[in-house]
Amino acid sequence: MELTATTTIRKPPPKVYAFWRDLGNLPTFMAHLEEIRTTGDRTSHWSATAPFGKNVEWDAEIVDEAPGETIAWRSTGKADVPNAGTVRFVPAPDGVSTEVHVVLSYDIPGGAIGKAVARYFGEEPHQQLDDDLRRLKQVMETGQVVRSDGAPWGKRARKEFPQRPAQPLSDSELAKGADA
Amino acid sequence: MRANTWAGRNKVEVRDVPDPKILNDRDAIVRITSTAICGSDLHLLDGYVPTMQDGDIMGHEFMGEVIEVGQGVDPGRLRVGDRVVVPFPIACGACGACAAELYSCCENSNPNAGIAEKMFGHPVAGIFGYSHLTGGFAGGQAQYARVPFADVGPLKIESDLTDEQVLFLSDILPTGYMGAEMCDIQSTDVVAVWGAGPVGQFAMDSARVLGAAKVIAIDKEPYRLQMAERAGHTPVNFEEVDVRSRLLELTGGRGPDKCIDAVGMEASHGSAHIHAYDRVKQAVRSETERPHALRQAILSCRSGGIVSVIGVYGGFLDKFPAGAWMNRALTLRTGQCHVQRYMNPLLQRIERGEIDPTRVITHTLPLDQAERGFEIFKNKQDHCEKVVLKP
Ligand SMILES: NC(=O)c1ccc[n+]([C@@H]2O[C@H](COP(=O)([O-])OP(=O)(O)OC[C@H]3O[C@@H](n4cnc5c(N)ncnc54)[C@H](O)[C@@H]3O)[C@@H](O)[C@H]2O)c1
Ligand SMILES: [Zn+2]
Ligand SMILES: [Zn+2]
Repeated sequence: MELTATTTIRKPPPKVYAFWRDLGNLPTFMAHLEEIRTTGDRTSHWSATAPFGKNVEWDAEIVDEAPGETIAWRSTGKADVPNAGTVRFVPAPDGVSTEVHVVLSYDIPGGAIGKAVARYFGEEPHQQLDDDLRRLKQVMETGQVVRSDGAPWGKRARKEFPQRPAQPLSDSELAKGADA
Repeated sequence: MRANTWAGRNKVEVRDVPDPKILNDRDAIVRITSTAICGSDLHLLDGYVPTMQDGDIMGHEFMGEVIEVGQGVDPGRLRVGDRVVVPFPIACGACGACAAELYSCCENSNPNAGIAEKMFGHPVAGIFGYSHLTGGFAGGQAQYARVPFADVGPLKIESDLTDEQVLFLSDILPTGYMGAEMCDIQSTDVVAVWGAGPVGQFAMDSARVLGAAKVIAIDKEPYRLQMAERAGHTPVNFEEVDVRSRLLELTGGRGPDKCIDAVGMEASHGSAHIHAYDRVKQAVRSETERPHALRQAILSCRSGGIVSVIGVYGGFLDKFPAGAWMNRALTLRTGQCHVQRYMNPLLQRIERGEIDPTRVITHTLPLDQAERGFEIFKNKQDHCEKVVLKP
């Protein structure tokens, strides 16, 4: 399965590139990622969140990079869900912004994990990536993923529809956090 | 705290709900001193805006005192104790739309942008108390509200103007003003305004302030037309006269140079069978609008004129007079108001006495009587024009 998405961010390409190249930042806006640990100059260890399939983890390596312009990576070894990605950072015509173009590809396996991944992406798989990039834009332009009372947990907004009512969270709801 | 909530179609209910808390670093919490009911709330009440949920706190016109700020709020911009008016569109101040001062199209403030995009092609900004399509933000008909991007939107009031004088900077005064501004008013212009609700009244006042030669008010409620007339505008009752002929008469056969739709999706029609056509289609949801005012504005406007739409539409409409629009070189302009753009200049106009926003207030009620406020405002009872609620 191949997904593409694009957004424009009002920051120059080197800034957006640097944020993405620090792979530990990706889980702040990509809904299916729990954590990325850097294990070497070009290598890293990725773990996915539960909706993507419990305990799905893999190693990855950067296979190509041009500072300020592009980063490409792919999973290595025996990944449960072999995957690869490329992101290009292109100066926008306004002279201040960056067009971010992302391509992700997944080899969806059979079995339980394959089913979980398919369910995660649903009928319109690109939506997940669109939402990821919207959050990347929020983080780069405003500092954080934006939260509302109806959609308080940022990364999960779409999955929560219909949402909790647009009224403040109780202390216990807030304490329980996103997994409540 | 107490808050007025949506409780299903045609029902609001004041309930006890948790107090708001800081969720993002640039949030502030405001203790609300005055809040209002808007014509837009009626579209929500009547169930014409999708994605409302039972328990959603309503209200997008409010002001009060800052009682808490997040750690990301620049103290040079906003502090605890400041008295502020809060604009209804939530805007980040940093995206491309905000840079272009298109605050109601902010690209970052709506956590449900993906849903809004499905409906509108591109997403729209978050709005307080205005469905989950615009973010699921709790509204301001409450004792307290959480205000995101508090370092961007809220306007500090440092003079001793009353709440009533500045409250409407949150929405309807800038909205009416934008409606007039979009008309590029010339000193020779006759401007016709459909709807003599609070938004229409401010569109009329703004058209005059911007130099229009004559301003015409079109509605069916005699008391609202009288209110417009007292402010110096020319009333036309669409239930008593044929609007198009009357407008021709008032303009020497030219038609108004500029037309403002301040009615929106729930217009009524002087002619019962046409109203019934759209009413039925709207009820079965095959058309989401009853666009009588918009159609009439387009047909009435002089060739080459501007039709400025500030009445709210949500979806799709039938029998759009594309022929009149195209063949007579009309310009259509519209938008949810970019309130942040107008707050400061309009505050100055209020201070100079050029506009008196208090003239539309007919009722002031405690928040606990919000339900009654909605009822009289919606049903035009007791000569109701605008309801201010006190939490
Ligand atoms: N663009 C924005 O940012 C923005 C902001 C606030 C409100 N609004 C919208 O502005 C509109 C008016 O708001 P309001 O608070 O004044 O509401 P309101 O309901 O008090 O006023 C609407 C008026 O239109 C009149 N009307 C109905 N059908 C008509 C017709 N065919 N011709 C002429 N008049 C007709 C009604 O009698 C009423 O007086 C609403 O659609 C509201 O959602 C838009
Ligand atoms: Zn309003
Ligand atoms: Zn913005």
